[in-house]
Amino acid sequence: MNAFSIEFEDVALEYRLSSEGAISTFKEWAIRKLTRRMEYRRVRALDGVSFKLEAGRTLGVVGHNGAGKSTLLRVAAGILQPSRGIATMRGSMAPIIELGTGFEFELTGRENILFNGALLGRSRADMKARIDDIVDFAELGEFIDSPIRTYSTGMVVRLAFAIATTVDADILLLDEVLSVGDQRFQKKCNERIAQFREKGVTILLVSHDLEAIGKTCELALWLDHGRVRGMGPAREIIEDYRDWVAQVNGTRMDVGADSSPDFGIHA
Amino acid sequence: MSEAALQPVFVNDAKHRVKTLEELRDLAAHAHLLQTLVQRDITVRYKRSFIGFFWTMLNPLLLMIILTIVFAHIFKFEGIQHYAVYFLSEYLVFGFFTQTTVQSMTSLAWNGGMMKKVRVPKSIFAISTTLSGLVNLCLAYIPLFAIMIFQGAPIKATVLFLPVAFLIIGAFTLGVSFFLSALAVYFEDVSHMYQVATLGLMYMTPIIFPISIIPQKYLWVIRINPLTHLFKLARDPVYLGQLPAAHVLQASIVSALIALVVGWFVFHRMSRNFYHYL
Repeated sequence: MNAFSIEFEDVALEYRLSSEGAISTFKEWAIRKLTRRMEYRRVRALDGVSFKLEAGRTLGVVGHNGAGKSTLLRVAAGILQPSRGIATMRGSMAPIIELGTGFEFELTGRENILFNGALLGRSRADMKARIDDIVDFAELGEFIDSPIRTYSTGMVVRLAFAIATTVDADILLLDEVLSVGDQRFQKKCNERIAQFREKGVTILLVSHDLEAIGKTCELALWLDHGRVRGMGPAREIIEDYRDWVAQVNGTRMDVGADSSPDFGIHA
Repeated sequence: MSEAALQPVFVNDAKHRVKTLEELRDLAAHAHLLQTLVQRDITVRYKRSFIGFFWTMLNPLLLMIILTIVFAHIFKFEGIQHYAVYFLSEYLVFGFFTQTTVQSMTSLAWNGGMMKKVRVPKSIFAISTTLSGLVNLCLAYIPLFAIMIFQGAPIKATVLFLPVAFLIIGAFTLGVSFFLSALAVYFEDVSHMYQVATLGLMYMTPIIFPISIIPQKYLWVIRINPLTHLFKLARDPVYLGQLPAAHVLQASIVSALIALVVGWFVFHRMSRNFYHYL
């Protein structure tokens, strides 16, 4: 049995976009084709990424905006196909990338749990068995039978986290989930992630929150313009990354607070 | 060794090209998601408004009243008994076709966010839209049968052919949905252009009027229009109380298969780059 849960071999992802972004209308496309004014721009999101992650390890991916962090996660999940190289994942994967994916605001919390379960590839019976656990963790109480448009943002996010982490998977892929809810709830989240680690689940996560990555992950990988700048113990990598950011910016600043996470919760 | 054999391995290789068979298998593995998507479509549609459910019933009824007044009393098409039944027996499937194809475009764009975050077979959205459209279509037959009873139009056993008609019309609709929804990801104006086109389609198909009023020189337009044959599959068993003629059935099956195969491959080919456009 191979000891590596996640293995990236020279993974590159390139795509072509028309130079002014995606052409959005057929009319424009036709005119440009006819007048031969079609220019393409190559976007290189990942550029030869190679790394191996042993089973049961927790790896946090850091890097500036647009460094390819989310792309890397999406290649691992199979949402994007690389244009070069191979990514191999050994073990069952929880395919959810962002919290709240597929939430339907007209439906109740309960209905959304069942729908999200289907999205995660789990049976209705399986999800029904977990509902109480999810409601309990998300602290929703009787709100579970109200449409989620009546929820507060905090409640939606808590529900999303509870659903995404009520899984039996060998590999968990998480995008921006560490800064969820208030401090008390964050503590609960961290405890749950720690439980996963104890169970031997391999976790790959992306976050802007360096502080949280340092706390949660043993390993970190630093991406810079689609290339691996370094991989090793989380604290060291984060330190290197901070130094680099400070150098680039001229002053040392807290990059941990650079942007608020987007949970992707849209109707 | 045995543990390694049990462990699922997922390989995301740049050189791999997804084949049709593989995608079909993937779809089969997501049958539960498909069922849930259809259920969600239907619940969301009927949930909030009490009128939602009745609207599906009311819509054809109101249309019938308007069109019966206009065409049965003002324009007076010769030789059409039970005009409302004549019109609705075909208009319902036409409505299913246009609504489903239009919705498949928005559904793919709407669920685009989801596709960027979870690995799901992309064709699942067109399929679920078509299936929920079929459920609504079946519901829309309740008021039609009510009108038939009310007007004293005979309901023959040939209506049992309807499921077969729905299957063929559904396959054609799905094929067109595949094609249009893939195009709509790249070009947002496709949906507007198509809505205009559906108006044209309505007049290229004998839905409102009998085929007999068409001048000889334009008849070919109606004849080459696959919708003419497809929708006849639904009208004949209900309005005429006859099974559709063999050549109508053949033409319908052939056009449904062509639409499905072409639509599938166009979608399949174009879906590779969806991510960057959604």
